[in-house]
Amino acid sequence: MAEREQIKKPAPQREQAEVEDAPAASEQVEELKAELDDLLDEIDEVLETNAEDFVKSYIQKGGQ
Amino acid sequence: MAVPKICGIETEFGIAHTGTEDANPIAASSLLINSYLSEVERTGEGGPAAGVTWDFEDEMPGNDIRGIAPLGSLAPEIETHLVNAVLTNGARYYVDHAHPELSTPECSNALDVTRYDKAAELILRRSMEAAAQMLPPGQELVVYKNNSDGKGNSYGCHENYLMARATPFSQIVVHATAHLVTRQIFTGSGKVGSEAHGLTTEDVPFQITQRADFFEEEVGLETTLKRPIINTRDEPHADARHYRRLHVITGDANMSEVATFLKVGTTAIVLAMVEDNVLPREFRFRMPVQAMRQVSYDLSLAKPLELADGTSATALEIQWDLLDQARKYADSHGLDTVGGPVGEMVIDRWEQVLTGLEADPMTLARQLDWVAKHRLIQGLAQRHDLRRDDARLAALDLQYHDLRPERSVAARAGLESLISTDGARAAITEPPLDTRAYFRGQCLKRWASSIVAANWDSIVFDVGDEPLRRVPMMEPSRGTADHVGQLLADCDTAAELLNRLKDSGAR
Repeated sequence: MAEREQIKKPAPQREQAEVEDAPAASEQVEELKAELDDLLDEIDEVLETNAEDFVKSYIQKGGQ
Repeated sequence: MAVPKICGIETEFGIAHTGTEDANPIAASSLLINSYLSEVERTGEGGPAAGVTWDFEDEMPGNDIRGIAPLGSLAPEIETHLVNAVLTNGARYYVDHAHPELSTPECSNALDVTRYDKAAELILRRSMEAAAQMLPPGQELVVYKNNSDGKGNSYGCHENYLMARATPFSQIVVHATAHLVTRQIFTGSGKVGSEAHGLTTEDVPFQITQRADFFEEEVGLETTLKRPIINTRDEPHADARHYRRLHVITGDANMSEVATFLKVGTTAIVLAMVEDNVLPREFRFRMPVQAMRQVSYDLSLAKPLELADGTSATALEIQWDLLDQARKYADSHGLDTVGGPVGEMVIDRWEQVLTGLEADPMTLARQLDWVAKHRLIQGLAQRHDLRRDDARLAALDLQYHDLRPERSVAARAGLESLISTDGARAAITEPPLDTRAYFRGQCLKRWASSIVAANWDSIVFDVGDEPLRRVPMMEPSRGTADHVGQLLADCDTAAELLNRLKDSGAR
């Protein structure tokens, strides 16, 4: 199955991973920050208009 | 020796009936599920097996793994009068505790569980659409895949894992507790505020998990009150001489496929290591219940947890240790009991996620629910200059879990996917190939009119001229496509199947 095929390569040792990942991590975070504004625009559109009523009326019976 | 970690997820969903003053959650849940069942019957798409009900014969949720239930324990009640359907993918779809609940079929690995969990979301979505056709204009049933209403009421997303009866329960308690408390750093779905007694949004503006606020005991039988970290319900749904089935009730329902995959995958590996007795170090918390909350409230992931031996360790350190042990275990014992290559995939992902959490959790905004949600909550608060207790933040929290595509916030959060859309769609009707769910699903698909009832470990047939016949399925790893595929293909009718089974003795 395709989903299972990409997993064969041995994982890097932990120490190596940390060194290599460090610059990639900050890039990733910058990229995520850059797209956050668009995402928030979209969320402002779909968010329930009366947040107060919406939150207040969401009452569930306790379950397991 | 470790037994195959056959596993599944049971999710109780939140439900809201909008546009009416007299909403009743049990009626709403029943309508939701019945609408789905009628819709699938009408369109002939397969899915539920019309007329087949759940068989409660072997249901004993009051049985305690420790043998006797301590005084004051409350055994869960079984609600036999409410809608309770078996689907052709091997799943169970029913009303439980005023919530719609869906239990995935038994799966042999974490990737399959993730696929069936995704299929469950699609089933709930179709159910909402089908219910909309039945309701007066202006009314709607809305389903949320979360675990609390923000007002102190919680409902669960449980996992279950097949385990060897021979493994001492005390060993399971020690190591599973260490894992369940510390895995929260990647399994959490995030929550605005706290529902623990005496804490406000000022004390806890945001926490990692939905569920940590609701645990009060270390070990126990309850699931709805005084919830324990280790649940002792002893219902193996299999041969009890060989098996127990660990019922894990601490987890959050995840929108992120990576979180679901890791939640189940890492737990299956830890439990296999317990069975093979390879974990050298016991992390016993001085106060396990407090440790649950401490991990959930600590977004810095830096606060050490006090251990019973006087030392301390952070959740990340304990997870790194478990991962290191898992790598050694993969070399020494192999990962066949946790899905072979899928087990390898779990270990690689586990390492990526711990590395990311250590560097900067924000790097995992596409992988982990709590990070994705926290990022959006912070972003919205900054954009509109909101106070911590502004209702818009709580609304965003709830709506993250809304299963309607047009409203879902999680669907917009850019979460990484592990399961293809086609794979998830197929899993709505097709059972897994490599557990007994295959036999259940195929029988329901082909001979639903000859089946009276079904449950995890048996199917009751009615082929007309004989008394009802129960076919037991006490071995979860049998009844697979390899095992019974040919037999099923050779039979045209249920009567023929029963004859063949009679001739061959027990299955």
